This record gives sequence, structure tokens and C-alpha cells, in this order.
Amino acid sequence: MAAAFGLRTRLVIAFLLVAAVSAVTTAALTYREARSAVLVRAQDTAVASFREEVEQFVPELPLDPDALRWYLYDIAARAKPHPWIVFAEYGSLRASSGDRPVSGVVTAELRRAALTSPHGSFERVVKDGSAYLTIGMPVMTRIIAGGRAVPSGLVLFAVMPMTNEEVDIDGLVTAARDGALPGLAVALVPALLAARSVLRPVRALRRAAHSMGGGRFDTRIPVHGRDEMADLARTFNESAARLEDSVQELRDAGTRARRFASDVSHELRTPLAGMLAVTDVVDEDAGALSPDTARAVRLISAETAKLAVLVEDLMEISRFDARAAELNTDEVDAAEAVRGTLSGRQWLGRVHAELPDGLRIRLDPRRFDVVVANLVGNALRHGAEPVTVRLSARGGALITEVHDSGPGIAPDALPHIFDRFYKADTARSRSSGSGLGLAITEENVHLHGGRVRAENPPGGGALFTVELPFEGPASPGGETDGRPSAQSGSGPADSRDRTGATT
Amino acid sequence: MPRVLLVEDDLSAREGVELGLRRRGHQVLATATGEAGLEALPAFRPDLLLLDLMLPAMSGVQVCRRVRESSQMPIIMLTARGDDVDIVVGLEAGADDYIVKPARTEVIEARIRAVLRRVEVPAGAAVPAVEQHGELGIDRAGWTVLRSGAPVPLAPSELKLLLCLSAVPEQVFSRQRLLEEVWEHSYHSDVRLVDACVRRLRAKIEDDCASPRYVQTLRGLGYRFGPL
Repeated sequence: MAAAFGLRTRLVIAFLLVAAVSAVTTAALTYREARSAVLVRAQDTAVASFREEVEQFVPELPLDPDALRWYLYDIAARAKPHPWIVFAEYGSLRASSGDRPVSGVVTAELRRAALTSPHGSFERVVKDGSAYLTIGMPVMTRIIAGGRAVPSGLVLFAVMPMTNEEVDIDGLVTAARDGALPGLAVALVPALLAARSVLRPVRALRRAAHSMGGGRFDTRIPVHGRDEMADLARTFNESAARLEDSVQELRDAGTRARRFASDVSHELRTPLAGMLAVTDVVDEDAGALSPDTARAVRLISAETAKLAVLVEDLMEISRFDARAAELNTDEVDAAEAVRGTLSGRQWLGRVHAELPDGLRIRLDPRRFDVVVANLVGNALRHGAEPVTVRLSARGGALITEVHDSGPGIAPDALPHIFDRFYKADTARSRSSGSGLGLAITEENVHLHGGRVRAENPPGGGALFTVELPFEGPASPGGETDGRPSAQSGSGPADSRDRTGATT
Repeated sequence: MPRVLLVEDDLSAREGVELGLRRRGHQVLATATGEAGLEALPAFRPDLLLLDLMLPAMSGVQVCRRVRESSQMPIIMLTARGDDVDIVVGLEAGADDYIVKPARTEVIEARIRAVLRRVEVPAGAAVPAVEQHGELGIDRAGWTVLRSGAPVPLAPSELKLLLCLSAVPEQVFSRQRLLEEVWEHSYHSDVRLVDACVRRLRAKIEDDCASPRYVQTLRGLGYRFGPL
């Protein structure tokens, strides 16, 4: 239930409820006090003045109803504070100052009480929605001084409608209501202000938390005052600072590790430059050496070449890790590019290629060459011939498929096939390749905003599929650079299109 | 066989490359610093300069600029860095080609041969002594270019690029094709070689590099010579 409303609504509702309860309680108490004060004053006046009237009234005996009625008229004329109707009862004799001799309002209890109590008694009666004050007063016989007064048996009743008092009390209710509603409206303002003062830090906290989630770990909240919200903000700031330190530490560690890998490959390159330059010399002269020495020398030469490949691949991976890999795009014919890759490595005879013409795509030719060469090389090494390379365009993507006829990839190796140094086939792990080829392939494809996946299709073998974003057959632009360009004019079209890839 | 001046500060790389090239019949003089290389230049009179980019005092790029002030001899940079910026800077400074270390001697030798190789004049073709294109006079047989009658000093890659483009005026050459024809690189080499070379060539033959007349860019396709 609470969750259905926002914090602001709940705060305002709570505030208004408190205001309403206090307003109603105050009004109720005031009403009760004021009501009884009004009524008591009216009935005290009435009882006192009626008693006075009754005490001065000394009827002549025996009672004459007509004379009695005149007396009653007399008393009724001096009614205080409101007009009353006076009734007299004596035995079976009934008289009144009104139209009817007997009152319908006077109760049996009052009659009984009036007969027994020498000072009279009164009762408030509500009949048919109207309130009446009924007073019963016995008429006392006068006896010789020193003796006690005795009830004469004649009882006078006064019935006074309390209309004015009711109006007064109704007025009180109206006043309470009229005061409470604007009061509640006025209470809304502090309610909103209070909600705002609570909600502002909450909102600031939310923004800060969101900002932290977005990776801005230097986010802090200004701390105002010393309340719970300030405590919360302070705690948040402390946690954020700790988190920032931890993240910074992790980042530094990652940067150090990456820089180390990069430095190591740099340092390895220099000795390799000398070694690799002389492998030809070593290979040529190996025949003239003793068989064992020749084997040793050839081993060194072959391993030097592999080491050079490994170092190159490590450098390439370091550039990706350092996000320093650039995408130098150019518009090329995809079929021509794949053919170039195959012919450059003398693979044209070993690979079956299905390369439709007319697929012009913007990509980094060198990186695409690496992708195709790694996949085809991988297929030739670890799969089995025939190896097929197939190009197609489908749904905004240029699809390059490399399919071999080997045993396929072990199912438990499939999820890791693009991992660094992951060797699916442990038995042949030292055959060739740095163990980074597929990882580099994946990085290059991602740099182009594409995807690469490996699977074992139903027909057997392993299938690698590369999808590169492709805007359809590109139309050859006929623009010449007769127009001035931004940079010295010597930069050809590509230098403006060069994408600094910083993904 | 070509005479090669090798400037390389690392001892093993210097010895390895020197040994490998000498084995293949090159005359090699190896120096450890750029200053020593520049000093040896007049006496040794190399056919080609093989220049390491990362040198201790005077950098390879500075050596390259100094050499280009007076000479258009072929310069190949050796770079141990994967840093692409260095390569671009070196190419802008006037290097004709670059080799990423470590490299086999056969690769280095192939590049040396490619840079030194002259564009063959089609045999039997009636080639005029000097082709005139606007203010540009191109002497294919004489391997020279004149601009308003004055010879234009062009580095080998610049000259070969111009000869290649102007051989078929108005035909568009893709950058990959230029890499194959001028630099004899494999299909997927670095097209920035072409771009840097075009920039240097334009600086020498164009009146206004911002709107070139001779070497024009066709966006997304490549370069062409003219139309004038």
C-alpha cells in the first residue's frame, strides 16, 4: 500500500492527517466545553428565576383553576432568560399558561422528583428534534416561624424551549468546520515544505548513486546540518571514497599489468630483431654442420620465427588492451580483399573460395586480412581440408564464413575458443600459432563493430562466422578533391574518414 | 650490389641485420648513432639508408629530415615500435618505406630491392623524351621531373608514384594497387604509406596543396593523375 505512493505523497498525507486529527480534537473539546457552558448558564438562570417566581407565589386555597391560570400567565410573562410555558398540577387539577393543560414534555421522573425535592429539579429533554428545559418546583406551605416548610402538593412546571442555545451550538460547529478546512489547506504548505526538505537530500542521494553506477566514482554529496539525512550523506561519501580508492587500485593494477605485457613484448622485440635477421644465414649453413649441431641450429631458427610471431601477437593484444588500436578504414571490394589474403599466403590452391563480386565495404583492410588469415590458417592447421571461405551479404551485414572439414571443435572448448592462449587441442598445442590468433581475430571484429562466432554445423567440421556491419552495396563516389579540405589539402579522403577507435 | 648504410643503436639488431645483408652480397656500413651515420654519409655514399626510428640522441626522424635537406636517396625506416604515430611521423619526414622489427633478412632485402628498382619503360613504346603535363615535365627514361623547366628533387617513392599515376592519366588507382605497384607490398600493407607519399609529392609539385591539379583524390576510390 505504502509503495503505491511516493515519499512526498505519504509525507503530505501524514502531515494532513496529524493536522486534521488535532483540529477535530480541539474543535470537539471546545465544542463540548462551550456547549455545556451555554446550556448551564441558560438553565441556571431559568431554574433560579423560576424558583423565585414559585417562592413568591402563595396561592389562595382552595384552588380555583381560573385564578390559578391567571397566576400562571403572570409567571409566564416574567420568563427568564427565554419564554417558558408554566404548568400547574395539584391532585387531579391541571392548568397551564399555554393551550394545553398538560405538557407532553415533562417526564414521569421529573414529576416524581419535583414532588419529593423541596428545591425542585430540572431535566433537559429532547423531543421531536427540539431541546427543552423542564423545571419542576413544588409550592411550599408557609408555617409558623421555626417550623419546616412542607410541600403543599401543588407543583409548578416550566417548559422552556432551548432554541437559541441550539442555534448557538450549531454556530460553534460551523465555526469549527469553517476554521478547520482552511487550517488544513494552510497545513498543506508546511507539509509540502517539510516533504521538500526531506526529499531534496533523498533526490541528491539518488542522483549521486546513479552517477556512481555510471562509473563516476568521484561523486560526493554536499553535507548540510547534523540530522539523519546529513549522516546518510556522510556515510555515502565515505563509502564512495573507499569505493573510489578500490576501483582506482584495480585500475592501476590492470594498467600496470597491461603496460608490463606491452613492455615485455617491446623488450623482446629488440633481441629478436637481431636473431630473426640471421635465421636465414643459420638455415643456409646448417647443412655444413654436424647432424646434431644442424638440428640444434634449425630448432633455434624455427623457434625464433615462432617467438617473433608470438611477440607480434602480444604487441597487437597489448594495443587492444591499451585501447590504442586504430581503425584505418578504406572502401574495398570484399572478394578482392579475401583473394589478396589467400594469394599472399599461397593458400589459393588449398582453399575453396566462394567470393561474389560487387560487395564493396568500408573496413580496415589490414585488420580484415588478419581476421581472414587467422580463421583460414586456423582451419588449415586444426581442421582438415577442404576449407571453404564464403562471402555473402545478409541483413545489413557482410558475412564471412570459414568452414573446414575436420572433426569440429570439442563442445567444452566452444565457449573458450576465442580466449587468449586457449588451446582446444592440447595434443597439438605446440604445432604452431601463438595461441592469440583467435583472440586477435575477435578483437579486430569487435573494433569494426561486428561479431564472430564458432560452431559445429550439422554437416560436420568447424564453422567460423564473421559479421561486419555493412551498409549495402556502396556506390562509388565521384568526388574529386577540387574543393578545399580542412587539413593542408594533401590528406586524401581516407584521412578524414579515419576512425579513432576507442571502444 | 647496393651499398647500405645501417643506423641502428641496438648491438644485436645491428649485427644481425648487417650480417644478414652482407651475406646476401650487400656492402653494409653499420653505425650506432644518427650523428655517426650522417658523418659517414659523404664518404660511404650509400645507395640506401636503413634507419632505426628510435635512436639515443638524434632520432631517426631527425636524421631522415637532415638527409632529405640535401639528398633524395632511398630511406627505409626500421621501427621496433608498434606505435603508429612514429611511422606516420617518419613517413612525413620523407622516408620511402618502413619495416617493422623484427624482420627476416629476406624481408629487409626485398624492401631494399623494391625501393631501388626503377620503373621499367615499356619496351618498344614510343616514349617522348619529356612528357609535358601542364607545367610538369616528366622524363621517364631520364628518371627526372621538371616543373616550369626546373628539376624537382623527388625521393624514389615520390617519383615512382608520380610515374605510375601519370603513365595512365585520369585513371583511378586504388591505394592498394599503388602499394603493390610502387612499393611492391602485399595487398594488405599499410595504405598510410601511399597517403604520406601523396602529401609529400603534392608539396613538391602542386601550386596549391588544398586544391591539387596533378594528383587528385577520388574519395573512397583512390588517386589519379589529372585531368588538368
